[in-house]
Amino acid sequence: MTAAIQVNAVEKSFGNVQIIRDLNLSVAKGERHAIIGPNGAGKSTTFNLISGYIKPTSGEIRLNGEVTSGLRPFEINRRGLSRSFQVTNVFARMTVWENVRCAVLWATGHRYAFWKNVDNLPEVKQRTAQILDDIHLSHRSDVPAGLLTYAEQRELEIGITIAGGANVIMLDEPTAGMSHAETERAVALIRRLTEGRTLVIVEHDMSVVFGLADRISVLVYGHIIASGTPEEIRGNPKVKEAYLGEEVD
Amino acid sequence: MTNAPTPSLAAAKQEPGGALGFYGVWLLAAAALIVLPLIFSSGGSLTSFSLIGIAIIFALSYNILLGQTGLLSFGHAVQYGLGGFLAVHAMNAVANHNWPIPLPVIPLIGGIGGMAFALLVGWVMTKRAGTVFAMISLGIGELVASSSLILRSVFGGESGITTDRTSLMPMFGWTFGPQIQVYYLIAFWVLVSAIAMYALTRTPLGRICNAVRDNPERVEFIGYDPHVVRYLAYMFAGFFAGIAGGLTAINFEIANSAYLGAMQSGFVLFSTFIGGTAYFFGPILGAILVTYLQLGLTSVTSVWQLYFGVIFIGIVMFAPGGIAGILMKHRPLIRAGTLGTVIPSYLVAAIPTLAFALGIILTIETVARFSGGDPINLLGIPFVATAPTTWAAAAVLVVGGFLVARITWRRVAEAWDRAATVARDRGYLA
Repeated sequence: MTAAIQVNAVEKSFGNVQIIRDLNLSVAKGERHAIIGPNGAGKSTTFNLISGYIKPTSGEIRLNGEVTSGLRPFEINRRGLSRSFQVTNVFARMTVWENVRCAVLWATGHRYAFWKNVDNLPEVKQRTAQILDDIHLSHRSDVPAGLLTYAEQRELEIGITIAGGANVIMLDEPTAGMSHAETERAVALIRRLTEGRTLVIVEHDMSVVFGLADRISVLVYGHIIASGTPEEIRGNPKVKEAYLGEEVD
Repeated sequence: MTNAPTPSLAAAKQEPGGALGFYGVWLLAAAALIVLPLIFSSGGSLTSFSLIGIAIIFALSYNILLGQTGLLSFGHAVQYGLGGFLAVHAMNAVANHNWPIPLPVIPLIGGIGGMAFALLVGWVMTKRAGTVFAMISLGIGELVASSSLILRSVFGGESGITTDRTSLMPMFGWTFGPQIQVYYLIAFWVLVSAIAMYALTRTPLGRICNAVRDNPERVEFIGYDPHVVRYLAYMFAGFFAGIAGGLTAINFEIANSAYLGAMQSGFVLFSTFIGGTAYFFGPILGAILVTYLQLGLTSVTSVWQLYFGVIFIGIVMFAPGGIAGILMKHRPLIRAGTLGTVIPSYLVAAIPTLAFALGIILTIETVARFSGGDPINLLGIPFVATAPTTWAAAAVLVVGGFLVARITWRRVAEAWDRAATVARDRGYLA
C-alpha cells in the first residue's frame, strides 16, 4: 500500500543555513502521526514543505504516491491534503459561516463560478452547516471571524482545514495557547473529525501527543532521529537524551 | 445539520421581507431612476444625473477591486478611457457603414474593450497584490495616458476623437439627440450594471474574492489560486469600467486623453473611498456625493480641489469606513432602539464642528483670494481676504471650533458606548 505521505531525503536551506537535513518520513494511510521535537527543530518547516508553502532544496515528497514537491499549495490541496496553521489564519472580515463555506466551494466543484448564486447551492449549504455543527460554532455563524474568542478561532481553523474533505489533514499545534479544558475539547474534536483520514499533527503537549497518535516521529535539528509507536518512542534512549528527558516517564 | 444561529443574532440578520425586500430595493431604484428627471427636468439637472449615473457604474466597478478583492489600483481610468475610445470608434464605424446597431448597445462594446485590455495586461499585474499591484497600475496608467497623446490615429492626440450619437439608427423612434433620452439610456445601464455587479458579489467567485482580500495566503490552502481570482476580478472591473467609459463617450460625443489619465483614476478612488468600500452601496453614495460636489463646487470656488483633499483626509482619518461605514454603524442601534440616546450628543457636537468647518473654509478662501479676487461670501456675510478681522475670525473659528468640538465628540463617544452596550445586551451587536 502506498503511504499517504512519503518524504524522501528532503533538504531545505535558507541561504547558508540548513534547516532540514536528510528528512525521511512515511505516514501510512489512516494513521494518526505526531511530529514532536524541541523548538526550532524544523517542525513547522516540515509542514510548510509537505503542504507546498515552501519548496525543498532537494529531495522528493509524495502524496498518495504522487510526487508533489514543487507544486503550489492549492495544487497540493486539490490532490487531497489540507493543513491548519500554528498562528490563527482565518478570513477575519468574513463571518464564520462564510469562512467555512469558502473552504467547501472548491471541493464541491464550484471553482471560480461567477454564474451561480452561492446561497442557492444545497450541497454547499448542507456541508457548511455540517462542519459548523461539528466544530460547535453553529451559534456563532453570523459573527465575523475576527471577533471570535481565541479558542473559537482555533476551532474555526480546524473547521476550515477539514471542510474541503481532504483525506490527509495536517494540524500545526492545534491546542497551542489553550486551557486544559479547551485542549481536552479540541482533542476530542480532532479525534472525531479525522476519523478514517490520515492525520499529521505537530504538538508540544505530550499528553495530547501520546493520547492521540498511532505513531510518533521525533525531529531534532531538521532530522528525524526516531519514528515509531508511542511505546517505542518512550523507550528510545536517543529520544530521551535528545529531547524528552524525564518528561515521558 | 441545520444552520441555527442564536435567536437574537438571527433577528439582527433577518431582513424584513427577505427576497421581496431584495427585489423591492431594485424596483425602487428603477422607479427612482424613471421618476427623477420628471421631478427635476431642467437641462442642468439632467446633465448632472447623467454624470452621476456614469460615476456610479465607474465607482462600483472600482470597488470590485478595492472593496471586494483588496486591490488598490491607481490606474482604473485606463479601462474606462479605452472603453470610451472603443465606443467612439464603434459609433463612427456603425454610422459610416449603416450597420443596424442601435446606440444602447454601444456601452457593451466599451465594456468589452475595457475587459479586453484587462485580459491583456491583467495576468502580469495581478500576480501580486498590495504595493506591487498598486505600482504597476500606476505605471500602466501613465503608459496608456502618454501613448494616447502619441498614437494620434487611434486617440486623436490632444483634441481627441469626436462622434455623433444621433447618426446611429434610431431605436423605438428615439434618436438620442435630446439629453433626456441619453439620461434614460444611462439610467438603464446603471441599473443593469449595478444588479450585475451585486449579483457577482453573491457568486462563488465573489465570495472567494473577499477571501483573497482578507487572507490570500490561506486561500491557497483551500484549493484556490489567488492570482487567478485577482485576474478574474480585474477583468470584471475592467468590463464595467469600460461600460462607464462608453456611456461617457455617448454623453459627450467625444473621447480624449483626459479620460485615461491620473485625474480620472484619482477621482474614482476618491468617490469609492468616501462612499465606503465595505458595503456594496458605499461607492454609489460616494459617486453621487463627489460628482455633485464637483459640479457644485466648481461654480462656487476656484480651489474646489483643495476641498476635496480636505474631505478625503478627513474621511481617511476619522471615518475610514466612508459614508456607508458611518451609516451601517448605526444599524444595530436603530434595531435595538437606542439611537435616540445618541442623537442629542450629535446635535451638540454639530455646532462646534460646523464652526470649525466654516473656519477651514474661511482660511482656504482667504489664502486663495489674498492676492486678488472677489470678497468671500460665507452664509451671506462678506469677508475681505486682506482684512486682519477676517484672519482673526478664521483663527477663532478654527481653533475655538476644534477645541470645543473635541470635547463634544468625546461626549458622543461616551453616549455611543452606552447605547452599544445596551444593543449588545439585546443581541443586536456581536
